[in-house]
Amino acid sequence: MRNRSLRLSRWTRVALGLFGLTIFFGIWGAGSITGLASSTFLPDPLSVIGRLLKLVDSPYAGHTLLEHLTASLFRYGAGLALAIVVGLPLGLLMGWFRLIDDIVTPMFDGLRFIAPLAWVPFAALWFGSSLGGPVLVIFTGAFPPVLIGAYRGARLIDPQLVEAARMLGTPHRRMLTEILLPDAVPSIVSGLRVAAGLGWQSLIGAELIVVSSGIGYMMVQAQAAVSTRTVMAGIIAVGLVGTAVDLLLRLGEGAVRRRFGVAGPSK
Amino acid sequence: MSGIEFNRVCRVYHASARTIVALQDISLTIADREFVAIVGPSGCGKTTCLRMAAGFDFPSSGSVRVGERAVRGPGPDRAVVFQHFALFPWMTVTANIMLGLRNAKVPKAEAEQRVANVLELMNLQGNEKAFPHQLSGGMQQRVAIARAYVLDPEVLLMDEPFGALDAQTRVLMQEELVRLARVNPRTVLFITHAVEEAIYLADHVVVMTRGPGKIKTIIPVKPVRESEAWDRKERIEDVMNEPSFVQLRTEIWRLLREEQKGATLKQS
Repeated sequence: MRNRSLRLSRWTRVALGLFGLTIFFGIWGAGSITGLASSTFLPDPLSVIGRLLKLVDSPYAGHTLLEHLTASLFRYGAGLALAIVVGLPLGLLMGWFRLIDDIVTPMFDGLRFIAPLAWVPFAALWFGSSLGGPVLVIFTGAFPPVLIGAYRGARLIDPQLVEAARMLGTPHRRMLTEILLPDAVPSIVSGLRVAAGLGWQSLIGAELIVVSSGIGYMMVQAQAAVSTRTVMAGIIAVGLVGTAVDLLLRLGEGAVRRRFGVAGPSK
Repeated sequence: MSGIEFNRVCRVYHASARTIVALQDISLTIADREFVAIVGPSGCGKTTCLRMAAGFDFPSSGSVRVGERAVRGPGPDRAVVFQHFALFPWMTVTANIMLGLRNAKVPKAEAEQRVANVLELMNLQGNEKAFPHQLSGGMQQRVAIARAYVLDPEVLLMDEPFGALDAQTRVLMQEELVRLARVNPRTVLFITHAVEEAIYLADHVVVMTRGPGKIKTIIPVKPVRESEAWDRKERIEDVMNEPSFVQLRTEIWRLLREEQKGATLKQS
């Protein structure tokens, strides 16, 4: 629990956040504009933002920034969807059937500590470098938190709810879909937020290496051309999109908690 | 027709190098449509008895039968009402009550009719679409009882069902349960630590001892209730002022106090 004795109003906190950002950009700007660092070594903030705006409509490395981002988001969506389609049912099954838990857990624990980027060469080799490979890399990043969220949710259900459901003659399949799944929703949504972040990070990594479109690809091309301003603009675009995705999920999480979290056991 | 029969039931727990005898040699027969309440100090194993009849727990030796069959697991023929209601928080009142009927593949029209009947029986009309957390504790327990009753179970197992309710609500629910038992009698096993509640509701009150849990005495209440015509009194406080009621209460309290004394002596 954080120390809450210092109570600040909402606006004070927004101002503090802006203050932090100002310091960050201030130091960055001071470093580059004073000539302390050369403009190739550290491009100044204003020129980077100018570059970013220009990339929106003029193509670089074959596509505009928005086209690159669209290609990236498409792969990202596919990888995340695959992680959900596999991880969510598997996590619930592991939480309900001891046997499945015993079979899957050792394998899962062994694999999940391998960084998604380590899979890149094989992902490209096995599934191609345009869609299949990057999707697999995102999958390896996003899958563990999805599975753990579903598994934890299913395991931490109030035992009395399980007893009530069994007493009512609930068959296994309905137990998973109508009892464990809704009970696990808050935990699943928390897992999804982590998965979304890790998946996005993994994607950029994958695109640096394999594909011929996407925001990661654009940054690699810019690096080869020593256009550090373009690289920096790409970094900012990656950060902004990541923040936007997280913000959307956070809104969704709030709505889901209001619907499913109330009166349930806190997790 | 279903009674409940505990035949020489023992339940032993093994906890890190220690063996705890929770229940020792429990033999108890509950006849069809009889209402039996078990009272006893906390930790005497009364809830374990109920969990065995429900099929959530199993005897280390001896047997538990409901009807003609030994209990092998939980099922809708033995509906349980839990102390903390155990309603599904993401389901509406109707969905909670409907689940057991859907599991039993009862045709939709019939299921809806049965839910409507039980909602009326439990005075829950108008709350069909509410979620459990929007209801008071008393209302939530009505839903839990409705969820059990709608299955038309042979046996009703109630584990301190009013223990989580405030005093006034509790009295209302007790009166309600007596009314329900008259309309629709069932075999009931009722766990409580409230002596008055046990006498007011039950045909027999079973007093249990603590550590290891054994049956101390079984006190017949039904003959007294019938000869003193308690049922003609509508209100619980009128019944409780009857000399015959007071006498039973004094007797059960004395038995429980012996247990309390025993425990204190053992600890010191």
